[in-house]
Amino acid sequence: MAADPSGVLTGQHYLDGNHAACEGALAAGCRFASGYPITPSTEVVERIAARLPRMGGMFIQMEDEIAASITLQGAVWAGKKALTVTSGPGFSLMMEHIGLAAMTECPCVYIDVQRGGPSTGLPTLPGQADMMQARWGSHGDYEIIALCPESPQECFSLTVEAFNLAEQWRVPVMLMMDECVGHMTERVVIPPADQIHVVDRRWTKKPPGEFKAFEPGPDMVPDMAKAGDGHHLFVTGLTHDERGYPVMNQKAQEKLVRRIVDKIRLNADKISRVEEDQIDGAEVVVISYGITSRVAMRAVQMARAKGIKVGTMRLIVAWPFPENRVRELASKVKAFVVPELNYGQMSLEVERVAAGKAPTVLVPHGGGEVHDPEVILEAIVQAARGAR
Amino acid sequence: MSQVDTNPVKEYLRMDRMPSIWCPGCGIGTSVNCFARALTQAKVDLKKTTVVSGIGCSGRVSGYLELDSFHTTHGRAIPFATGLKLANPELNVVVYSGEGDLAAIGGNHLIHAARRNIDLLVICVNNFTYGMTGGQVSPTSPGGATYSTAPYGQFETPFNLPHLADSCGAVYVARWTTFHVRQLTKSIREAFGKKGFRFIEVISPCPTLYQRRNKLGDGLDAMKFYKEASVLKNGADTRELDIGFQSPIIVGSFVNRDRPSFIEAMNKRFTSVFGESYKPYPEGPSKAVQGC
Repeated sequence: MAADPSGVLTGQHYLDGNHAACEGALAAGCRFASGYPITPSTEVVERIAARLPRMGGMFIQMEDEIAASITLQGAVWAGKKALTVTSGPGFSLMMEHIGLAAMTECPCVYIDVQRGGPSTGLPTLPGQADMMQARWGSHGDYEIIALCPESPQECFSLTVEAFNLAEQWRVPVMLMMDECVGHMTERVVIPPADQIHVVDRRWTKKPPGEFKAFEPGPDMVPDMAKAGDGHHLFVTGLTHDERGYPVMNQKAQEKLVRRIVDKIRLNADKISRVEEDQIDGAEVVVISYGITSRVAMRAVQMARAKGIKVGTMRLIVAWPFPENRVRELASKVKAFVVPELNYGQMSLEVERVAAGKAPTVLVPHGGGEVHDPEVILEAIVQAARGAR
Repeated sequence: MSQVDTNPVKEYLRMDRMPSIWCPGCGIGTSVNCFARALTQAKVDLKKTTVVSGIGCSGRVSGYLELDSFHTTHGRAIPFATGLKLANPELNVVVYSGEGDLAAIGGNHLIHAARRNIDLLVICVNNFTYGMTGGQVSPTSPGGATYSTAPYGQFETPFNLPHLADSCGAVYVARWTTFHVRQLTKSIREAFGKKGFRFIEVISPCPTLYQRRNKLGDGLDAMKFYKEASVLKNGADTRELDIGFQSPIIVGSFVNRDRPSFIEAMNKRFTSVFGESYKPYPEGPSKAVQGC
């Protein structure tokens, strides 16, 4: 369906990524946001706090990120589309509720504008070291979806996409920005509302008494209802049956947790999104995401000028990881080069999936600034030389 | 003695989940009975009433009520309920949980929701211990009482919960024990008739852990103690409501005032800033239940 025009600021703008992400949320139909200030993400909620009251929405600054990360889930069960925004330390505090959202299949969006870590780290400077936390940070087995914008334009479009994926798959979706993308100002084009695809909630058509809140459809995802509709919902973080009733045994655990994992794993190819360039015939493929993919492009251009056949793959959807595509490439290319603003996170996935068919060369960086393209170039040159 | 064949409040309960997990002599079920009777007496719109709990013995209440039931994470029932209420002000949102959940791990949310005057009724079952995990010391545990994690006796100063809620701005504050079933029922009804942050503390026995460890007898002994030790003081100064080990328990309705709810204050502010172009956010019913 088309976007609600009341939230769409159609036109050409000069925005930073944080403000663009706010506009993406409003275009997607988000009308509830709970937040807590944290650098370098605060501009997202600052803009939301200014925008939502004029369009019938609700913003509340909560007392901490723990509260912010569950207040939005209350709003979702009351029928709204909702998000919260944070950075590393706040993201750590939100982890328990990301698990709750996964377990209760609560469609909601968490934005993490990554900064240097661990702990307080580098509040004003970039990092990409929360990628594994996004995937594994809460306890127990679950799956989420994570997107990585590389520009303010994508901060807009991928925030819309994050809401759409959350509604379609009923999972918490994480928009994994970084400080550079969040604070970089570029042209952002916001299309007319009727050209923005928005996914509505999967409202049940069943009447109270017949509807089971956790009975999956053919795509393994249950339809939803909201509080106040007479369904007498039972929503719990405990292991539960299709009615939502707690069931404390292995059989119920297997049925529920297997499904919330498999609904993403078995549909990974549908959810996955990468951007590739000059992959055919490439001897080296550079895999990157977020701001690092733009820095890597410079290194790739320099390598190509030296006559090295380099392809690129940019992870737009980082989780679920594009396993099948990377596995396919591993038997064709001579090496993968993975630059990222951490000491090896997504590179571990590349290495795991490549399974020894092609070596994975990590180009690590502790964060605080972006890579020097020369360092990535050197890794490409070495990888190509080793490959020859 | 009259016989009842069926549970008189069964229409409010998920009977397919009975029996409950609560121990014999536990007071949580008694409080739920009072809550259900208050729902009947106040003719509450059950379709619009939703109950949110955290974790613990009292955290199981939401799941036994035939309403929209949300069993959330430990300590976070209030912020979840805040999201429900602010996203749909038509809902009558009740938070039902224990003192460990609401005043220890969730203490920060309790004070801020009261400060903001979020339109919620919070029923806090205070049994002076963490029952679900086996009888550990809690933020209201009285001095001298022993616990599995305070084997030589509790020595911290406990929270006086009505004073805490009052200080933070709650518009309605009461305390009853599970001996005071009529008063508690009436108090819940009264709270349904108000808008804003309402807090009712229910002192409740835990025969299995708190009483057994402190040699205080069974559930019936607790009832006898509540009967003898309770002192009715409606309108009492909430600073004087401390509870010591087996000390007198002051019960009553202590605070009943009005101040703008979060949404009312927000609408007032935005209207003054934006003028007539501001479309006020829906404020929901003027009280949780009409006719109270």
